[in-house]
This record gives sequence, structure tokens and C-alpha cells, in this order.
Amino acid sequence: MTDKVFAARELTKTYVSGETKVHALRGVNLEISAGEVVVLLGPSGSGKSTLLNIMGGLDHATSGELSFRDLRLTDLDDRGLTSYRRRHVGFVFQFYNLIPSLTAYENVALVTEIADDPMLPEEALALVGLEPRMHHFPAQLSGGEQQRVAIARAIAKRPEVLLCDEPTGALDSKTGIRVIDALMKVNAELGTTTVIITHNAIIQEVAHRVLFFSDGQISKTVTNEARRAVAELQW
Amino acid sequence: MRALDIKLLSDLVRLWAQALAIALVVGGGVATLLLAVGSYRSLDETRTAYYERYRFADVFATVRRAPKALVDRIAEIPGVAAVDARITQLALLDIPGQTAPATGMVVSLPEIGEPKLDRLYMRAGRTPDPSREDEVIVNENFAEAHRFTLGSSFAAILNGRKRDLTIVGIALSPEYIYAVGPGDIMPDGRRFGVIWMSERALASVYDLEGAFSSVSLKLLPGTSEREVMTHLDGLLDRYGGRAAYGRKDQTSHAWLDHELDMLNNMSRTLPPIFLLVSAFLVNLTLSRLVSLEREQIGLLKAIGYSNASIVLHYLKFVGVITGIGIVIGSLIGTWLGSYVTGIFADFFRFPFLLFTKSPDLYVAAAGLSVSAAAVGALRALREVVNLAPAVAMQPPAPPVFHRTLPLSLSLAGLVSQPTRMMLRNIARHPIRSFFTAFGMSLATAILIVSLFTGGTMEQLIDVTYFLADRQDVTVSFFEKRPREVVFQIARLPGVLNAEPYREVQVRIRNGHVERRIMIRARSRGAELNRIIDADLQPVILPESGLAISGMLANILDVRVGDTVEVDLLDGERRTVSLPVAALVEDYLGIRGMMDQEALAKLLREAPMANGVNVSLDRNRQDEFYTAVKAMPVVSSLALQTASLATFRDAVAILVTTMSSIYTGLAAVIAFGVVYNNARVSLSERARELASLRVLGFTHGEVLRILLLELVLLTLIAQPPGWAMGYGLAWIMKTNLAGELMRVRLVVDPATYVFASATVIAAAVLSALIVRRRVNRLDLVAVLKTRD
Repeated sequence: MTDKVFAARELTKTYVSGETKVHALRGVNLEISAGEVVVLLGPSGSGKSTLLNIMGGLDHATSGELSFRDLRLTDLDDRGLTSYRRRHVGFVFQFYNLIPSLTAYENVALVTEIADDPMLPEEALALVGLEPRMHHFPAQLSGGEQQRVAIARAIAKRPEVLLCDEPTGALDSKTGIRVIDALMKVNAELGTTTVIITHNAIIQEVAHRVLFFSDGQISKTVTNEARRAVAELQW
Repeated sequence: MRALDIKLLSDLVRLWAQALAIALVVGGGVATLLLAVGSYRSLDETRTAYYERYRFADVFATVRRAPKALVDRIAEIPGVAAVDARITQLALLDIPGQTAPATGMVVSLPEIGEPKLDRLYMRAGRTPDPSREDEVIVNENFAEAHRFTLGSSFAAILNGRKRDLTIVGIALSPEYIYAVGPGDIMPDGRRFGVIWMSERALASVYDLEGAFSSVSLKLLPGTSEREVMTHLDGLLDRYGGRAAYGRKDQTSHAWLDHELDMLNNMSRTLPPIFLLVSAFLVNLTLSRLVSLEREQIGLLKAIGYSNASIVLHYLKFVGVITGIGIVIGSLIGTWLGSYVTGIFADFFRFPFLLFTKSPDLYVAAAGLSVSAAAVGALRALREVVNLAPAVAMQPPAPPVFHRTLPLSLSLAGLVSQPTRMMLRNIARHPIRSFFTAFGMSLATAILIVSLFTGGTMEQLIDVTYFLADRQDVTVSFFEKRPREVVFQIARLPGVLNAEPYREVQVRIRNGHVERRIMIRARSRGAELNRIIDADLQPVILPESGLAISGMLANILDVRVGDTVEVDLLDGERRTVSLPVAALVEDYLGIRGMMDQEALAKLLREAPMANGVNVSLDRNRQDEFYTAVKAMPVVSSLALQTASLATFRDAVAILVTTMSSIYTGLAAVIAFGVVYNNARVSLSERARELASLRVLGFTHGEVLRILLLELVLLTLIAQPPGWAMGYGLAWIMKTNLAGELMRVRLVVDPATYVFASATVIAAAVLSALIVRRRVNRLDLVAVLKTRD
């Protein structure tokens, strides 16, 4: 795994709120390789969400450099970032963010309609085991099912990276495991580089690498020589 | 300041654009009411005061020559409060620099003191010296049209003799507020003037020493006008009296009444529509706006605020917004009201203007707006306030949606997902969608109502000036002449075609309904002055029988084939029965038309003419005018082109001003509707739209999704809007129809296009404003909160 997807150099992010400055990132250096599963751990406010948002093109860095392959994300304007998100990034959020007026199938189709080389919506839903319920509306699905729809929607365009911000945060453990299972399956089958933020330390065991955040910096990096299978997880 | 009031202020600051848009809608409704009703009341009050102060008479009659001794006997008629006997005559005027002769109404002034009735308001100068035969007062409209000042002079042909007259005074008279010349529809100072001169001078010119030719009466309150007129007719009959008439048939009063009636009708038709539309829209918008406050309401309850204080807080919120609207509306409405009153007052030349304060209007407009807003807010609050604080603090559960299209269609990929979102949103909120579309239909409809007069007036002009009365000039005589006079006119230079007409005053009656009209007789194959039926085709009259205005037929409730009773008021007075042979499509006045032979037979006279319709060679019209000025028998000359031009001017001033104002107000309302809709939708769907941005949708794509629903509803709303607009225009037209003027409803395609284009432009403008907000959607924040 030497194919570099992300490279960050001295990345900083400072929020100015009134007269106080919040240093969310204080010079992060990082490389992530293709197909890698990286878990970000750390207390609230340690900077992991900020990093994920900048990597996903949802936010701008204050200084430093961040590249996605040959694309310098830190140089892109809003239009460039939109196109970057559209072509390369899949997002999964804690609260699913499905469109309530569209069925599972249609939520996925929403993305496949604007993607360059998408899979069929039913394929994506099959990957997360939701094919039988694809014509249900979000209100008719459980939390775990909704999150799997969100994953299907995120991967349907065959993104190179999948960014997940607390994907299991709103779920019970059993459902959480199914969601992680779906993410790992996608990683295994499509080779999608996956970055997961979590508060649940157990999840780190399925990652290739775990980055510990504190105070806007990566305080520790742990590489898992042997990853655990999802079935073995318990929390 | 209490914490809730601080929140109120900051909410208003945060939502200022929306609050202003809602306030503008409220203001539009309020302004319309104040404008329409206020200007009508002011003008009506002004007229009443003018009539009273300057003693406008109640009954009028003209006579060939009656001795002054008769005045005392007239005064003895029961119910008569005052009598004013005068000399009045029509005369051709020769104005320097104007080849076409104008027409003057020459009126005598008493030697000593003011006239008993119909007194003059002197704008400038003085009354004529009784010993000077050349000194005159003229009406202001005439003076201004010719740029006459004190000392200016012009010539009049009085009893066949040309006399130079010098202006020593300029005046207004309640009798000639609407100073219309014979054969004209609109006042035109260039073509018609009222000339007051000393009685002594006039009496000697017209050989009327010790006699009078016109009499006006003021009646005691409660007197029967009809009885007095019968008495008066009896007294005047043997002196060549023409039947007396009341104010209703006095030209100036009748037209003024008609115009004020029109304003009054407008004020009864348009403002209620505007006010209801705005109340309805405000209700809808505020209800949605308060629904968005759900979480804050939950929070307030959680920290211990009572339901009552929360409800009060939001009532204050909508109260302030509505209050701002009422203030804006009152200011604009009052200002527009006085502006419009000023325009009308200028047009009528009232000597003074009484602005009526109408507190009841402010109360009515404010009351309706405030209650509509409060009901809207309460509707939303009822739902939210009853929730447990914990539930309210959470956003509402994801709504349950249903398919709007069969599964097969969805899989066929015929409909894109954004389209599907839009369709399901509409289906999910059918009532809200219906009312949103309905609101926009109403916006289109009120625009059509404000605008339809253009096409309708053009139709009136077309029929009146180009289908029916196609002559260039109408020459009228003082007295009826043998019909052979037409040959004399035909020989004048420039005359291409000449057709005589005979005109006779009658009372026409069916049962108890009676009107005083003119019957005009024309030759069989008359080409210039034609009778146009409801299909806009020329009609050839049967040898006997009467064609009457369609409006008159309605008033009398008669149809073709029915018989009407007719009192002939000219020459030998008789009552005859005549069959109604045809209905005439005309828009100005009510009248009858007959074949000239038939009328001559009815009047038991040799064929006579009161005037001749002429078509002219334009290149020789100056020669024609010069020749006519030399004809002592000619009392007046009406010019079609001049008449059309004044008509257009007057329409432009009165109708166009009103409709421009209403169109402006309607456009403001349309904008308010669309903008609020887009803004509330944006707030309601902010999260969904931010999610789409995260998924890689561009600003444009997201805006499109937001506006798709609005676009669809706007477009769907147009055809019903046209239908409602047509319906409301029809109601307006029907309300405005009068004996003096009415219209056939013609709504130009351009009117529909313009109305829809305005609403769509309002939609586009709001889209542009909302776009800035879409561009500012906070992608990160929205994803951190629970759905």
C-alpha cells in the first residue's frame, strides 16, 4: 500500500469567534494510502472532525497543504471543492442525512444520477444488504438501515475515499456492528480508502492504522499488524 | 427590557428581509383600501361642499323666449326654494391661431350682484361691467387650453354676428365642472368654453330684453323633483320650453357622478380583493414561520415559560410585523390617496379640496390584517405549544412520504430524483401547496384586474370611433332645418360625404321605469353614423321601430319585439308606442335610433335636420372651417379626431393612473408571496439542501431543487389566475357599467402575458435573493445536528 491518496503538510485550522481564536488543527502532517482503513480517535474538540471536513472538501484550511492525489485541495475554491466532493468523496454521517421524501433506492439514485461512473443503485444497496428494503422511505427504516442506505449512497459513485463521521454514533451496538461490517465489506470489495471518526475505541481494531488526536495534533499513531474481523468485535 | 422582548427584537433583526416582505404584502392591502376609499370620499365630500357653497341648482329647463314675469310664477311652484332665470345660447367661437371653430356656451350674468344659483368661483379678474358688451368671464379650462389671460380676446359668432370679446375674469362653476361640448364625451378646453357676459349685452344680441331662455331651480329638501318639473313644463310650454330635467340629466353632474361612481365601485371591488389576498398570504406565511420556531418554543417551555407567555411572545412577533405593514400601508395609501384625489380634482377643476380623514378605514384595514396574522400564528402555535418540551426541542420526526408515481416509472428512471423530491413534497403538503399556488393565482388575478382596462378601452374606442361614428365632423344647428340643408353643407369645400340627422328629446318608458334620452334619426343607407349590433355588425333599421342601446334595453327590461312608450318632448308633445326593432352595441350614453322617414312621420313634420355628419378631405379642412364659421345657423362643431384624442388623454389620466398604481401594489404583493414562500421553504429544507451540497450538488443544482417546486406551483397557478382575473375583471366591469359609460370586457392576450410575466419576474427576483442564502448554507453545522 504505497499508492498515496492524501498527503497533509503542516495543516492548520484556526476558527475566529469574536475575540477568541480556536486552534482546531495545529500543524498536522499525514499520509493515507489507497485502500487503507484509518480510524481517528480522540476527545471532542481534538480536531479530528475538522481534519475530516477539510479532507472532504467541506471546509478550508487556514494554512498548510493538503493534496488528494495530484489535486491540491488547499488551493481549490468552492466550485472546485464541490466538483471534488462530487467525483471522489463519499460521506457517511452520524445522523444519516437521507432525503425523507425519497426511498432508499431513490436516495442512492440521487447520487448515481450526477456521478461519472456509478454502480446501479440496487448494486450499492445489495453491498450493504438492503436490497429487500430498497423501496422503503427513510421513515419506514430503522436507524441502522438508514445508516446503511447512507453508506450505499456514499459508495454508489465508486468514490476513491469514504469519509465517515461517527457512523455508529446514533446506533446500538448490534446495529453499529452491521454498519461497520458494511463499511469493511465495501473497503474489501472496492478498495475504497476509508477514514472513520469514532468515539468507540473498539472500532480501531478493524483499522489498518489508528490516529490519536489531542489538542489539534496527532499525538500517537498505531498500526494494526493484525486487523480483527468485524464478527469478532464486541462492545 | 424582558428577555423575551430582547429575543423578539433579535428575531426581527435576523428575519428582517422576510418580515419586510410580509409587511409589504400587508401594506399593499392596506394601501389599496385607503387609496380607493379615501380618494372617493374626499372627492365626494368636495363635490358636495362645492355644490352647496356655490348653490348648484336641482332642476333645469331651456325655453325659446319666456317673459321675466314668469319667474315669480315659477317661484310659486310648491317646493321651489330659488329660481334663477338667464339667457344661455350656444355660439361658434373664432379663436386666434385655431382654424377649427370651437363651441361656446354663452351664459348671462345678472346686472347686480351674484347669480342666485350656480354661482361662479372667481379664479382671477372681475365680473364684466354691465355697460361693456365685450367683457366676458371664461371658464378656467378654456382659458388654460388657449393660454388666455386677463385681457386676452377672441371672437364669438353671436346670433350670426361676429363679436370680439375681452376676458376680464376666469372662473369655475359647479354647473360646468365637467365642461363637455355638444357631441363630445370628455371635457376639452380647446374645443369648448363657457362664456359669461352681462345680461344686458346678451339680451340685446339675442333680442331677449325682459325675457330669459334658461331657468334653474333650487328645491326645498323633500320636494318631488318630478312634480316640480311637470309644473315647470306646464308654465314654459307655450314659450317654446323644452322638457325640464333634473341633476341626473345635467351633463356635468351626470358625468361627474359617473366618474365618482366608478371610483366608488373600484373602491368596493379592488381593495377587498387586495386586502383579502394579503390577509390570506400573511396568514399562510406567518403560520409557516412560527412552525420553524418549534425548537426555540420547546426550549422556552423547558426553562419554564408558560404557554401563555410564549403565545403572547409570538403574537407580539407577528403583531410587530403586521404593525410595520399597516404603518407602511397607511403612509403609502394616504399619500397615494391624496395624489389620486389631486389628479381627479385637477381634472375636474374643483376650486378647493376637502381631504376626508377616515379613521374607520384605518381601523378596518388594520383589524383585518392583524387578525389574519394572529390566526395564522395561532394555528401554528397550537400544534407546537401542546408538545412536551423534550419533543418540541427535537425537530419533527421525518415525515412519512408516499409514492406519487407507480414503481415502474420510478425504475424506468423517467423522473429525476430532484423532480421526484419536488412532486412528493407537493403531495405531502397538498393543502399548503394548493394555497401557495392559489396565492400566486390571486397575484396574477389582481394584476389582470388592474390591467384589463387598456384592452377594454381600446375596444370601446374601436367600436365608437371606427365602427359606429365614422364622421370627421358633426355640424349642429341652433334650430332644426329643412333636410335640404344637407345639400348646402355638401357644397362646402372639402366635404366628401354629408348625412343629415334629426334628433329629438324623448322620455322612454316601460312600466314604471323611465329614462330621458335622445332619439337620433338617420337616413337609411347612412354610411358615417352607423348602428352596430352586439356582433359588431352594422344594422339596417326597419322602416318603423326603434333601435335602442343594449344598456337601455336592460334598464327598461325590454327585448327586440317588445313595445315601449315614448313621450316626444319636441314640438307637438305626444306619447306614442314604438316597437323595439334592434339593440345597439354602444358604450357611451343611452339613446335611441330611428329611420328618418319614420321619425318625421312620428313627429308629423316635413323631413328636418338638427345637424349633418360630414366626412372631410383632410387637405381642405381649413377651408371648410372658414366656410362654417360664416354660417349663422351653425351652433356647434364636434370633431371626431379631437374628441378621440381628448378621450384618450382623459383615459390616460384617470384610468391609467389608477391601474398603474394598482399594478404596482399587485406586483409588490406578488413579490411578497413568492419571496416569502422561497424563504420559508429554504428554512424548512435547509438541512436537506446542505446534505445535497455535501453529496456534491452545486449551488445551482441545489437552488434548482429548492425552486423547482415554486416554479411548478407558479406555472400551475397561472391558468387559474387568468380565469380568476377574468372573473374579477368581469365583476369590476359589471359594477362599473353605467348609463353614461360602460364597456365590453376585452382582456388582451398581452394583459395575461404581462400579469404572468410580472408574477414570474417577482419569482425570479426572489430566487436571486434566495440564491445568496443558498450559497451561504452552512454545510458542516447542518450535518452535526440530528434530523
